[in-house]
Amino acid sequence: MITLFRKPKPGAAPRRLTLHILRCNPADPASKPYLQAFELEEAEGMTLFIALNEIRATQDPSLQFDFVCRAGICGSCAMLVDGRPALACRTLTRDYGSDITLAPLPFFELIGDLSVNTGKWMRGTAERLQTWIAQSEAVDLDALEARMEPALAEAIYELDRCIECGCCIAGCGTAQMNENFVGAVGLNKIARFRLDPRDTRSDADFYELIGDDDGVFGCMSLLGCHDICPKELPLQTQIAFLRRKMAVEGLR
Amino acid sequence: MEIIHSDVLVIGGGLAGLRAGLAAQKRGQQVIILSLVPPKRSHSAAAQGGMQASLANALKGAGDNEDVHFEDTVRGSDWGNDQEVARMFTHVAPKAVRELAAWGVPWNRVEAGERTVIIDGKPVTLTESADAHGLITARDFGGTRKWRTCYVADGTGHAMLYAVSDQTIAAGIPVHERREAVALIHDGERCHGAIVRNLIDGKLTAYVAKATCIATGGFGRLYQATTNAVINEGIGAAIALDTGVVPLANMEAIQFHPTAIFPAGILVTEGCRGDGGLLRDVDGHRFMPDYEPEKKELASRDVVSRRMEAHIKAGKGASNRFGQHLWLDITLLGAAHINHKLREVKEICQYFLGIDPAKQWIPVRPAQHYSMGGIRTDAHGAARGLKGLFACGEAACWDLHGFNRLGGNSVAETVVSGMIVGAAIADFCASPDGELTVSTALIRQCFERAQAEFGAITNHHGKESASLLLREMQATMTAQVGIVRHGEAMNAAVNTLQSLLLRSRDLGLSGRRGGADPELTLAWRLQKMLKLALCVSYGALQRTESRGAHFREDYPQRNDADWLKRTLASWPDAGQTLPTLAYEPLDIARMELPPGWRGYGTRDAIEHPLTAGRQAEVDATRAALAGSDRHAVQAALMPFRHLLPAHLRGDNARLGENA
Repeated sequence: MITLFRKPKPGAAPRRLTLHILRCNPADPASKPYLQAFELEEAEGMTLFIALNEIRATQDPSLQFDFVCRAGICGSCAMLVDGRPALACRTLTRDYGSDITLAPLPFFELIGDLSVNTGKWMRGTAERLQTWIAQSEAVDLDALEARMEPALAEAIYELDRCIECGCCIAGCGTAQMNENFVGAVGLNKIARFRLDPRDTRSDADFYELIGDDDGVFGCMSLLGCHDICPKELPLQTQIAFLRRKMAVEGLR
Repeated sequence: MEIIHSDVLVIGGGLAGLRAGLAAQKRGQQVIILSLVPPKRSHSAAAQGGMQASLANALKGAGDNEDVHFEDTVRGSDWGNDQEVARMFTHVAPKAVRELAAWGVPWNRVEAGERTVIIDGKPVTLTESADAHGLITARDFGGTRKWRTCYVADGTGHAMLYAVSDQTIAAGIPVHERREAVALIHDGERCHGAIVRNLIDGKLTAYVAKATCIATGGFGRLYQATTNAVINEGIGAAIALDTGVVPLANMEAIQFHPTAIFPAGILVTEGCRGDGGLLRDVDGHRFMPDYEPEKKELASRDVVSRRMEAHIKAGKGASNRFGQHLWLDITLLGAAHINHKLREVKEICQYFLGIDPAKQWIPVRPAQHYSMGGIRTDAHGAARGLKGLFACGEAACWDLHGFNRLGGNSVAETVVSGMIVGAAIADFCASPDGELTVSTALIRQCFERAQAEFGAITNHHGKESASLLLREMQATMTAQVGIVRHGEAMNAAVNTLQSLLLRSRDLGLSGRRGGADPELTLAWRLQKMLKLALCVSYGALQRTESRGAHFREDYPQRNDADWLKRTLASWPDAGQTLPTLAYEPLDIARMELPPGWRGYGTRDAIEHPLTAGRQAEVDATRAALAGSDRHAVQAALMPFRHLLPAHLRGDNARLGENA
């Protein structure tokens, strides 16, 4: 997380920003990737959400990007900001120089310009890792809920906060070399369901899902994921913990 | 022309659509869900503070039940809602929260023993009972008599959406992402699915289904200052309106949330005030008790927003270079509480304002937040006007919320209505009415009409810019059809919007790019949004009273005598520049809770002539059944369980009640 918070000097003229945006439109077979520069005046509190929308409204209506919540909670707008994966909507321009380079997240299928298809990959990974509560019994809707220790509920939420933005995959060395790697997002989900007593799966079941090089043993511990995660999830400890549990399981 | 078949087509991949799809699939129907974005990115994720359900586990929730939740909801609605629907909802909400618990939502739990909370600005020690330890806890929210809002820190919607979305993946329900329904396939009587645009390549496809359910959420993006996500443009409601036969109800009933950060409009949860946060003015003075001595910061949202605007108008606003605002002070809750229970709020303050809310006050001002109105449905979610069309969630006017909804009731409505409407959809599909008899000629005709709409924009080369017209519409709505309304301003707004609608038929695109082309998408949506804006503003102009969130300076009283009715807006002729309005009276003779004072806000309603008679009937029934089981009393006043699917009719267990 970059927390420079350059405060503009009072009375100073607003900066001219130049956004260098990597453009490509796969819908057009002739389209080749190129960097296009857009200039605009910086405003107070300007985020990349505001800047990109201003460019689209006033300079190039064809520019493609994804925003939904514009509040840093939905994970739609991850992109490379000066080469580093980040949520564009909550990236303040004042924390950067007057030249900012924007590129789509690597690894994911490109839709166009800054828009990538994270949703398709996340659904595929969810199906592959079965990231849901596996239960055998039907829920009695009329009865009191099952009890849970308050601290455990909070610990589960800590891991449940993942927003599937794709930053961890984009910043992952292993994923760059092995496109089948489930990444920190996948491993964190397994850690989350493993922690949840409502899920009836055992470590032997989880080993079947992540006990190989595409799973927890593929991680090279470069931990770009941990440094980059916009939600500051404890990915480093979760991956290390899972690896130990899965190693024990593999030796059984 | 590609045609895709399913039993059920759900338009919208937020909580309501996903839950309805699951319910329909569970009853044996094959379901396809369409979503503008990957479903986990839906605006449901933005619900922060919690979901109302009367579990009564926490100490301050003791004594809560469906009856209290029902009364709070009706009072909150300013008697504008459907009381049978409110009963169905409050009865099913505990079941929904418990089902979600089983599906993995990490609800915060009751911890036995002493804890310190902030109530009315002061620390208070509560002792939670050992009996309740580990059950789902609740926090305080506005307009409620009990602490009833079940929560997962301040990421409740996120946790719910992920759990429900994961269940749809587990159930194998296909979600077609980045798809937008652009027209309903219908013959004026029966809906047969939708024409759908792929937002990646721009191609159109016909989706044919026995039943179609619109669950596309609200339309906050009609406004400039809104907490809503950028995808909340109301297109689901707009394509229903475009049929000419499906009415939208109470479109003028728009909620403004008191605490959107200023000027970005990003929401900070009502949980901030529920947990003890205070509103302060330019002098640091806590002003809400001056206006609302009873509920203070926790009156309903319409009342708090109005009081805030009045306080700013009285010269008490703080200001920065963007304009006037007030302060939300949560410093008294302490860093530990903020780090655990309000961490999204903390992140929002950190990233968008550069402040630490444990140390500094948050600049806030009310912003558009929720649309109570929408596609008018019956208690089972069936839309009026077209057989085989259903709606649920914020897109619908099921009419749980009337003219003001309580915080925590909408995220609850998404799943509750999804459970109820999804079951009704499956029952419809399995009934003789559900059989699909549709001609390919009709599908082709609807397909070609949709194609022509896009072609007309692409080939027109007019002089107007869609993004400029959009901004003008949003500015008009915020300035003239906002929190405090007046006939003159709304009249001007209606004129402006009509002229914008005409100008929107003369758009010119700056270029043409392969694929879905965001400029074309915006231009197409603009024409739909302008019609919705006209439904809102024209409906508001015609409603010469104040009720809930619809407040008029020139008609400040609630007028039950003339206005205890729902506005129905339809658009029978595409050439019209104003909606056709009709009205549907609310039936006092069937109300369990006849109109009265809400317990907060101004007490000056003009009474309906039938109110006193119905109140006497209700009092007599209660007196005759004194000492009876509360469910028996309720059933005598206004039976509702027959409206629910059988598996949702059972009594809810609580500590000390059926447990």
